[in-house]
Amino acid sequence: MDIKVHVRKSDGDAYVVELAGEIDVYTSPKVKEAMTELIDQGHYHFIMNLEKVRYIDSTGLGVLISALKRVREFGGSVSLVCTNPQIKKIFDITGLVKIFGIFDSEPSAMKELA
Amino acid sequence: MRAPVQAVGAVGIVELRIPNKAEWVAVARLAVAAVAHRLPFTIEEIEDLKLAVAEACTNAIQHAVGASSIEIICDASAEALRLTVRDAGHALPAASLSVSSFETPETPSNLGVFLIRSLMDEVEYTHDPETGTSLVMVKRVAH
Repeated sequence: MDIKVHVRKSDGDAYVVELAGEIDVYTSPKVKEAMTELIDQGHYHFIMNLEKVRYIDSTGLGVLISALKRVREFGGSVSLVCTNPQIKKIFDITGLVKIFGIFDSEPSAMKELA
Repeated sequence: MRAPVQAVGAVGIVELRIPNKAEWVAVARLAVAAVAHRLPFTIEEIEDLKLAVAEACTNAIQHAVGASSIEIICDASAEALRLTVRDAGHALPAASLSVSSFETPETPSNLGVFLIRSLMDEVEYTHDPETGTSLVMVKRVAH
């Protein structure tokens, strides 16, 4: 079990963080580290692509929430790309759909940022 | 899609003990999924069970002081899957396991407990200073 984190710059100001695998108590520190590094470098707009994430738990949600809190201090944003119904359900029942923009595709998320 | 109903073979108890370390939580998740597959749960319900047991183990890892291992007991019956997650440490007070403690969606600390409460049909928490902490979670089989 592992999580792969791939970061790339989008056409605009945002960075796309592609995650693949499972985000749990063991793997979430790797995601947190990547996000902390990007934010410390002065990047505040992110599209987190969760299309290849098979599983996420509260520690993974915690990392996303922490990132959002930090970038908001600088007028930033964190949008999510997610179509997995089980993962969307977790965002639904925790009410996190209200604080993250959740999109079906990267282009949709980009469009919102533009 | 609901899995075909298993016969008598689906009834039984499976016990697992994992080290109280983050890298072992996935093993608990997979074991519970394997047991749940033997009951007529939907794929979605099995995912719920995986998440609930993982959250309980994570809670033990993050809060159980002095526990070297976590015990997971899967009690499968025709009616339900009863999961017990037990550790021998000193853990959260029972009050912190109430849903009301999850005050805002932006408070990550109690998200795990909130998820367990949301995904399972019954949740019971007990703490004994002698034996440690036990979280019993039940998911009923829909007939």
